Amino acid sequence: MGLVAAFSEALSGLKSMVVGLKVTGTNFLRPQETVHYPRQEVPRDALATFRGHIELVGTDDDPALARCVGCGLCMELCPSRCIRVEAEDPPPAEAPPSVAHTMSDLLMPTPKFRAAPPSQAPVARKLLGYHLTYHTCSLCGLCVQNCPAGSIRFSSNVYFAGEARETFELDLMARLRRQSGREGGKP
Amino acid sequence: MSDFFAPEFVRLVLALVAIMGFVAANGMALLYVERKVAGHVQRRPGPFEVGPHGLLQALADAGKLVGKQLATPRGADALLFWTAPLMAFMPVPLMFIAMPFSENLWGLGTDLGLVLILSFAGFNVLALCLAGWASNNKWSLLGAARAVAQAVAYEIPLLLSVLAVAMLTGSLDLREVAAHQGAWPWQWNVFVQPLAFFIYFVCAVAETNRAPFDLAEAESELTAGVHTEYSGMGNGIIFLAEYANMLVVSCVATVLFLGGAAGPWAPGPWWFLAKMYALVTLIIFMRWTYPRVRFDQLLNLNWRWLMPLALVNLVLTAFCVKLWGGA
Repeated sequence: MGLVAAFSEALSGLKSMVVGLKVTGTNFLRPQETVHYPRQEVPRDALATFRGHIELVGTDDDPALARCVGCGLCMELCPSRCIRVEAEDPPPAEAPPSVAHTMSDLLMPTPKFRAAPPSQAPVARKLLGYHLTYHTCSLCGLCVQNCPAGSIRFSSNVYFAGEARETFELDLMARLRRQSGREGGKP
Repeated sequence: MSDFFAPEFVRLVLALVAIMGFVAANGMALLYVERKVAGHVQRRPGPFEVGPHGLLQALADAGKLVGKQLATPRGADALLFWTAPLMAFMPVPLMFIAMPFSENLWGLGTDLGLVLILSFAGFNVLALCLAGWASNNKWSLLGAARAVAQAVAYEIPLLLSVLAVAMLTGSLDLREVAAHQGAWPWQWNVFVQPLAFFIYFVCAVAETNRAPFDLAEAESELTAGVHTEYSGMGNGIIFLAEYANMLVVSCVATVLFLGGAAGPWAPGPWWFLAKMYALVTLIIFMRWTYPRVRFDQLLNLNWRWLMPLALVNLVLTAFCVKLWGGA
C-alpha cells in the first residue's frame, strides 16, 4: 500500500470515528426507550409484535366464543406438547346396515367395525376446553401459523409472572370469556 | 524533629490528603457518570433504583465490594499479590501533587513536574506485571503480558508528543507550560500542536486501559486479564486507580494543551475542572461508541502510525523552535 493510500484510509477511518461519536451523541439526547417497570408500563402499541403466550380469538358474533372448531391440529403440531384441546366427539355415525349373508360373506367374514361413509354435512365438533401448559411452551408459533380457523394468536400479556407452576397452566377458554367481559376478573 | 513540622511538610501532607479526597470523590462520581452515560447512549435510564436517580448506586457498589471476601489464590505469592493493587493506586496522589489546578493552587512546586508525572505513571506497568504474575494463573499472566505490551508501547508516542510541547515552552514545569498559554482557545497549545494533542489523547486512552483499548480488563471476553483473581476491594482499588489515571491524563492534557486554568472570563480552578471533565466525558463517550480493537490492530496503530507521526511532529517542532526561537 502506498503512503498516500494509507493516509487516505487513515483519514476516512478517522472520519468514521467522528460519525460514530455523532451517532452515540444523538442517541444520548433522545428520549429513553425503556420504562421504569413497577411505576410505568409499556405502552400498548409497543406490544404489537410481542409474543406472549397464545390466546384464543373470539368469533365476530360473540367475542366470548372461540373460533376454534376443536380439530386438534395445534395439539398435534405442538413440539412441546403443551396444548390440550378437549372437544366433543361428533355423534357416532349409524352403523351401516348389515347385509344379508351372501356367498362372498361366507368366504370373507364381515369386519366387526366399518367406517361410516363420509357424510355430506360438516361434522360440528363442540370445543369443551382449551388448556395451555405455558411453562413448557417454547413460543415457536406453529399453532398460530397452522390454525385452520384462525383461532389462535399471541397475547400481549407482558407482565405474566408467578411463583407456582400452576400459575402457568392456563384455561384459555375461561380467559377468553373473562376478556370479553362475560365473567369478572383480570383479563 | 523540627523539620517534621516545617510549613513545607505540613503543606505537602495537606495537599496529599486533599488529593486523596479529590480522587476518591471523583472515583465515585465517575463510576456513576460512566453508567449514566452508558445508559443514555443506549437509551435506557442507567442506575435508577438506589437513591434519587440512582445517585447512591456507587455507594451501594462500594459496600458490596467491601463486604466481599478477599480470596488469595492457592499457590500465589500473597505479599506480591496484594502489593499489586496498592502499587496501582499508590502513585496516583503523587502524580496529582505537581498539578497546577490554578495559578497558585498546587501541592508541590517543582521544575520537573512533567518528569515526575511521567515517571510515576510507569509504576502502573509494574503493578500490572505483579498482578498477573502473582496470581498464579496463566490467564492472568497472559493478560499481564498483553497489558504490559500495550502500556510500554503507548508510553513512547505519549512521551514524544509531550516532549514536543516541552520543547515549545522550553520548560518541564507544569506551571510554566500553563502560564505560557493565553486565556483564549486559539492561544492554547492545541492550536500550535494539534497532532501532538491527538497522539497524546489516543495514547492516554490506551495507557489508562480505557475502551477501545481495554484489552487488559475485557471481563467476559478475555477473562478479565490481570484482574482475574482479584476479589472484593482488590478489584475495587484497581478500578479506582483506573479512574484516577483517567483524571491524571485529562489533567495533564488540560495543562499541556488546553491552557490549564486560564480561561476567557474567569481564570481559576473552575476553568481547569471544566476542561478536565470535558476530556473525561469524551473518554467515557468513546468507551460506549467504539468497538474494542484487536491486539494486532492495537499494536499496529501504535508502532506504524502514532510512533512515526510523533517522531515527525517532534522533529518538525525542533526545527521550528530552532528557526524561530520558540518560547
